[in-house]
Amino acid sequence: MRIAQRRAAGPLFVAPFLLVFALLFVGPLAYAAYLSLFRDRLVGGTSFVGLANYVTAVQDPQLIRGIVRVATFFVIQVPVMLVLAVLFALALDSGLLRLSKVVRLGIFVPYAVPSVVAALMWGYLYGPDYGPFAQAARAVDLPTPRFLTDGWMLGSLANIVTWEFVGYNMIILYAALRAIPQGLYEAAAVDGAGAWRIAWSIKLPALRPALLLTLVFSVIGSFQLFNEPRLLRDIAPNVIDSGYTANLYAYSLAFTSQQVNYAAAVSFLLGLVIVIVSYAVLLTANRGRSA
Amino acid sequence: MPRFLPPVSRRTLLATAGAVPLGAALAACGGGADSGDQAPTGPVSQADIDKAMSTPTELTFWTWVPDIQQEVDLFLKKYPAIKVKVVNAGRGTEQYTKLRTALKAGTGAPDVVQIEYQYIPTFTITNDLLDLRPYGAEALKDRFVDWAWGQVSGKNGEVWAIPQDTGPMGMLYRQDIFDKHGIEVPKTWDEFAAASRKLHAADPNTYLTCLSANEAGAWHGLLWQAGGAPYAVSGASDISLKVNDEAAKKLARYWGGLAKEGVIGTEPNFTDAWFNALNRGKYATWLTAAWGPVFLAGSAKSTSGKWRAAPLPQWDASKPTSGNWGGSTSAVIKTTKNAIVAAEFAKFVNSDPESAKLFATEQFFFPATKALLADPSYVGDAPAFYGGQQVNQVFADINSTINLGFQWPPFLDRAVTDWTETVGKSLADKTDTVVALDQWQTRLTTFAKSQGFTVQAS
Repeated sequence: MRIAQRRAAGPLFVAPFLLVFALLFVGPLAYAAYLSLFRDRLVGGTSFVGLANYVTAVQDPQLIRGIVRVATFFVIQVPVMLVLAVLFALALDSGLLRLSKVVRLGIFVPYAVPSVVAALMWGYLYGPDYGPFAQAARAVDLPTPRFLTDGWMLGSLANIVTWEFVGYNMIILYAALRAIPQGLYEAAAVDGAGAWRIAWSIKLPALRPALLLTLVFSVIGSFQLFNEPRLLRDIAPNVIDSGYTANLYAYSLAFTSQQVNYAAAVSFLLGLVIVIVSYAVLLTANRGRSA
Repeated sequence: MPRFLPPVSRRTLLATAGAVPLGAALAACGGGADSGDQAPTGPVSQADIDKAMSTPTELTFWTWVPDIQQEVDLFLKKYPAIKVKVVNAGRGTEQYTKLRTALKAGTGAPDVVQIEYQYIPTFTITNDLLDLRPYGAEALKDRFVDWAWGQVSGKNGEVWAIPQDTGPMGMLYRQDIFDKHGIEVPKTWDEFAAASRKLHAADPNTYLTCLSANEAGAWHGLLWQAGGAPYAVSGASDISLKVNDEAAKKLARYWGGLAKEGVIGTEPNFTDAWFNALNRGKYATWLTAAWGPVFLAGSAKSTSGKWRAAPLPQWDASKPTSGNWGGSTSAVIKTTKNAIVAAEFAKFVNSDPESAKLFATEQFFFPATKALLADPSYVGDAPAFYGGQQVNQVFADINSTINLGFQWPPFLDRAVTDWTETVGKSLADKTDTVVALDQWQTRLTTFAKSQGFTVQAS
């Protein structure tokens, strides 16, 4: 009787979650999948087209360009951000910093700034005429930095995203460092290890699971890049086009071109790409460990 | 994002912010009976109209116009049986997205809705607007300026909406900068080009104008002036696409050339940097529409008294023409259960002399009615920002020179996005604008075909 009751309790406890999950996640997902099998045209209306939207999407140069761009972004921006986050976390954990609480808060605060506000703020800072960087450069007769041009834009975006998320990743890593048992450090000290040796041989290996977590978050974040390019588009409309990132492309298809069905197919393909990349990252990381 | 609407000035922004809770508050007092009339085929009799207008009815009206309750109140005073629920569902594209969603869902669409001229075909293609002819709309034809009536008319003579305000294009210029560099007000585009070279040579930090590379609205207005006919829907599924016709190529060679020479600016408009530039005298003219004067007076206060207005420079000075940029209408959604009342409302709010005048004096809209454009108390206004010039008169005169018959595509948002990514981009990047024009044509043709249209290209 007891055991039976306990067995019933389990599903009951997860039921609220499952309900919301089904209602707000599985349901819309299934609906989007259903939508992606149709085509709605201005002339001729809606018709069932099977997987035709997917066939078009995998050959769509704009979509491919968008995915390649966010992949490039991932390869360049994420290592920079994570290395910075690790360095900050180690510095804070070392206990050698003065005002460490202030520093920790200072690095974390950008994450608390809504990305909309952040993009608007950086948009002003990047301004080619009246932005502070441009004005400073002109004051000392240097060529003005061209943050909002074709060649620089991806870097400018990477800078904003790094600024926003270094603190967030740092907090995750810092928490992992605080969880290392004090005994390990004492043992290391007895063995004659210095601060650098401890960092290299104890702290970094202990960070591994946390790093993997931040890495997977970053895969998802990079491939779904949307807010920052969407907002900078207002001030650089000819640089950031409607398919600049894959997510922006799906959005433009749905709300500019009224191609909701095709947008659904594109979103599913993007989701698939993210699953594959995330899995590949995990696989590589785990292989590294067993070697 | 396609931008045809001028952004809200700070003042109107405050007013709009006030309008949202107002709409919500009104939404709370719902109810009201449906008169349940269906769209008739023949004209509706006066008896039917009288009956409908005295039957308690509630209309829903979607609009982003700030303080429009004043005009609505005039209607309510005349027809006490009617209630009107004013809802602000966002400006321009934001509202259209919600409207399309409601129409698709088959529920929640308003009875009357604010629509800009250029978006009308995007709703008639999906058969969502009510033809207002049976409701006596044709009788209003002569009250409105001809080209504006042409904009709300369908190819079979349907009346899809009632004009509310307009944006005939003209030129605002800085008299002080012109004087300083000995520049005459350019009457032709050739003079304009010469002036832009002269000004930039005399002062490398100043440009004669900025043709914003994100502003498809201005491009279409200038194309309209140049006699272009980029879009024409001829049947249910036939469309003619000629965004790269001769008039367009002339425009592309001209503006692409000036951009390439670097004697005009191309930065995006309505951004902080752009407002800053206008305030600091980086640009000596703004090629804008009739809503521009009031907008500029609110956004470039520090330059008060230095601006003047003139018609656009001309391609042929002996035959002055212009185009339109902006303005909007009231349309009735086909699914309305109160067609008669909705149609009467759309007609009244825009054509009643008192209501139409309120739009001009309270919302600072540029009128669409002939009466107001000839009203000395309106056109005689002489604001100090323009050195006492009768700016409204300048634009009222331009109004009669606008070409009739300019048409918009049933997929405007896509046309605008593609323009920004081809023609606009070429202006910003100083590459060949004529080539970009052909790319625009190709992209639109491909899109139109994918949407099931039979495309007749140039």
